[in-house]
Parts: sequence; structure tokens; C-alpha cells
Amino acid sequence: MIEVKGLRKSFGEHEVLKGIDVNFEPGKANLIIGRSGSGKTVFLKSVLGLHDVDSGDIVYDGRNVAELSKDERTLLRQEIGMVFQGGALFDSQTVLENVMFPLNFFGDMSESEKRDRADFCLSRVRLDSAHNRFPAEISGGMQKRVAIARAIAMNPKYLFCDEPNSGLDPETAIVIDNLIQEITEEYNITTVINTHDMNSVLEIGDHVILLKEGYRAWEGTKDEILHSEDEAVLDFVFRSELFKKVKEALRK
Amino acid sequence: MVYRFFNGIGDYALLMWRVFRRPESWRETWKAFWREVDLLGLDSLWIVSIISLFMGAVVTIQTALNLDDPFIPDYYIAIAVRESIILEFSPTMVSLILAGKVGSNIASTIGTMRTSEQIDALEVMGINSANYLILPKIAASVFFNPMLLTLSLVLGLAGGYLAGEWTGMVVSSDFILGLQMGWDPFYISYAIIKMIVFAFLIASISAYFGYTVKGGAVEVGRSSTTAVVNSSLAIIVFNYILTDVLLN
Ligand SMILES: Nc1ncnc2c1ncn2[C@@H]1O[C@H](COP(=O)(O)OP(=O)(O)OP(=O)(O)O)[C@@H](O)[C@H]1O
Ligand SMILES: [Mg+2]
Repeated sequence: MIEVKGLRKSFGEHEVLKGIDVNFEPGKANLIIGRSGSGKTVFLKSVLGLHDVDSGDIVYDGRNVAELSKDERTLLRQEIGMVFQGGALFDSQTVLENVMFPLNFFGDMSESEKRDRADFCLSRVRLDSAHNRFPAEISGGMQKRVAIARAIAMNPKYLFCDEPNSGLDPETAIVIDNLIQEITEEYNITTVINTHDMNSVLEIGDHVILLKEGYRAWEGTKDEILHSEDEAVLDFVFRSELFKKVKEALRK
Repeated sequence: MVYRFFNGIGDYALLMWRVFRRPESWRETWKAFWREVDLLGLDSLWIVSIISLFMGAVVTIQTALNLDDPFIPDYYIAIAVRESIILEFSPTMVSLILAGKVGSNIASTIGTMRTSEQIDALEVMGINSANYLILPKIAASVFFNPMLLTLSLVLGLAGGYLAGEWTGMVVSSDFILGLQMGWDPFYISYAIIKMIVFAFLIASISAYFGYTVKGGAVEVGRSSTTAVVNSSLAIIVFNYILTDVLLN
């Protein structure tokens, strides 16, 4: 479980996160939703320790990040997998090398064990035929899958995904969502996903947090969000014509 | 302006502090080192060769024209050519060329990794990205640029010899004689020291500008220009300082 308490983060004068409290439980997909610019990426990077936060505590299964030594932090990092908004694959390396990359650095696997592990992770994301291609030579959806394979290579306890299905067609997006969901349940991972895609919310949103203007505006499940009359939810979710109609139908 | 300059120096020092750490994996750093030798060093062989040949030729012709006096023996031309090439032209000129070629490459590669979150990806894995990305580049430059210098010295003098021969300004026996006269081996050490300092400046300054990019493709482009300008300036300034310190 990851506990976030009173998280604040600003850039200069601009305060992006104004005290966020939330708990993420293992074995289910925790979704952070909110408009573009609402601070989802900043939140994720703060929890990961890529940003120095102004105040607040982040506790990974009893380990408060602020109190860890440098070595302990490096160890914690090895339990974390991250899928970045743009994939962030190493573009000078092939797909296979990308997935093997963390294994080369940490752990004591032999060359063939590393290969097997990378093969396994790639087949886990249903990508069996692109091992020797470079990131620039595969489609966006495939890049996202490689990024997921790389993120799970080290068997992470915590998985973070920043808009894993942005820029993908609806069908591929659902495939990716379900893939993350499956992996989360199978290995009992604590997974946090940023998204502004309502399809993802309704597909896999076991625990949904809505960020608005630096605050946690709403929290609940995918079933609750459909019936919520909360102003922030209505404002974010039921903006589009499609969802307005859905809401009307639900109210009847 | 002044504030920004010193602020930049401070940031640069902090970055170098993170670069010179024990790598998480020596094996990966070693692999990266040889990749960089290939990319930054071997890939520069042809440009260094061509420049050195022509530079040697031009220096010889210029010197011959200036020393065109019946009372000065022709082998003096070879001495002058040798000194200018070893002491100044080879180390400084080759480094300036490399600042353009290698510096822009380093800044844009690292800058792209920054804007596409590849550096964040390394950090999330628990890897010191500054160390993993920059140390091999600095090490490869410091290791290989002196070899480029040696090549440049040989080809520079060869260019001078050929130009003297072809234009008939210096007879080849005089040129060879001059090259051997009053020879001080310290000059070679001096040139190599300069080259090593310049190699460090090019790699580290360019890496700094790439590593600290914020934004997107436009900023990456701008940072690579800034990297070339600043490493060239640093070379000029340090050339002055080193000449003063080492030869005085
Ligand atoms: N490194 C930074 N320096 C300064 N301001 C930043 C930085 N990173 C983010 N911000 C600001 O923080 C705010 C939130 O940005 P963030 O990237 O977290 O949004 P987001 O919710 O992830 O949006 P999107 O859905 O478009 O990815 C924005 O106003 C942005 O300008
Ligand atoms: Mg974002």
C-alpha cells in the first residue's frame, strides 16, 4: 500500500498540488483523473520522488520516502515500475534491449535468464515479433506495450502509468487498460494510473481520484462515478454530449 | 547576466558532482564507454585527418612566404611549422572542430533524452542518470582525443612536407632536417595536456547544456547551439590560461 499524506508541490509561485491525501491499495487499479494541466503528472512524479515535494509524506508499505537513506531509496526504486506518458523508451536500443535494460543493471541473472525474462515480459504484453526493432520503427501502441514490458521486467511491487493509452485508438486503448488490470491482479501490484479517458475509468476504475485545481475533488469507484451528483464530477465527466445523454438516461 | 553566469557555473559543478560517482553497474558503464569511443572518437577520424593535412599545408606556405629571405636557411621554416602545429594549431583547432561536431551531438542526444523522459525513466529505475549518461562520454573524450591529436600532429606535419615539396618552397631534405632540430619532447606533453583539458571541457559543458534542457524539440536545438558556443569559448579561455601556465 502507498499512503500519500498532505502532499504539496509548487513550481515557483505556482502551486500545483495543494495538499493531497490518498491511499493506494495493492491488487487493484487506482486511477487519477483530471483535466489536462490539473497536475496528474506532477502528482505521479512527486510520489515517485522525481520531484522534490514542498511538504507531505509518502509511505510505501511503512517506508517513509523522506526518511530513507540513499541506498534504501535505490532499493525501493527497484520495486517500482513506471510507464511514462510518451513511453520513454531508450531510442538507441532495440525493443529487447529496452526490456533487458533494468535487468542488466540490477539483479544477478545470467545472460540467458535475462533473455528469458525479457521474452516472457514481451509475450505478456502480447508482443512477440518486434524484438530486434528500434522504438522509432514500431507503432505508438506497440511502444506503450514495450514500456509496460520494461516496467514489469523487475517484478515490481508498485506500478505507475502516466496516461498509458493516450494517443491510441479506442480498441487498442482498452487492450492496454485490460493488460494493466490483469497484471495488477495477477501479481498483486499497487498500480496507479493517470488518465483523462472516461473509457478507462469505466473499464478498470476500481478506485478513482479526481484532481481539480490542486485538490482531491472526489474519490470513489467506477459505479459511484456514474451516479454521482458531485459538482466536480459532473463538470469533468459529463461534459461531452455522449456522457450528458448517459447521465440523463441514468437519472430516469 | 553575471548572476546567470555564476548560477550556471554552480549548477554545472553540482552536475559534475553527480557525474563522478561510483556507477551502479561497472559493466554497463564499460559498455557505454566503448559505444562513446566509437561514436565520438572513431567517427571523427576523417574530419580530423582532412583538417590537419590542409592546416599543415597552409601553415607551411604562409611561413615560407613570411620567411622568404636569403639569409634565413629553409630549415627554419620547418622548425616554425613544427612549433605552430604542435603548440597551437593541432590541439586548439582540432578541439574547436570537435566542440562543433561532438559537442552538438552530446547536447542534442542528452537533451532529447531529457525531453522524452528517458532520463526520468533511468532515475525511476534507481540509476544515477548523470553518471550513466555523462561519465562515459567524458571518459571516452579524454581517452580518445589525445589519439586524435597524435593523428593530427602526424598528418599536419605530413601536409606541411607535401606542400613544401609541391610548391618548391622548402626542399624535402631541409624540411626533415628542420623537424629534427632543437627538438623538445615536452612540447608533445604540453599538447596532450591541452587536448585532455579541452576534451573534458567539450564533453562536460555540452552534457550540462543537454542535461538541463526544459521543453521540447526547439529547446533541444537551442541547447545544442549554446553548448557549441560555450565549449568553444571555454577552449579559447583555457588555451590562454594553459599557455601562460605551462610555457611561462
Ligand atoms: N517542471 C515544471 N516546471 C514548472 N511548472 C510545471 C512543471 N511541470 C509541470 N508544471 C505545471 O504544473 C501543472 C500541471 O502539469 P501536469 O503535467 O502535471 O498536468 P497533467 O494533469 O499531467 O496534464 P496532461 O493531462 O496534459 O498530461 C501545469 O500548469 C504545468 O505548467
Ligand atoms: Mg500528464
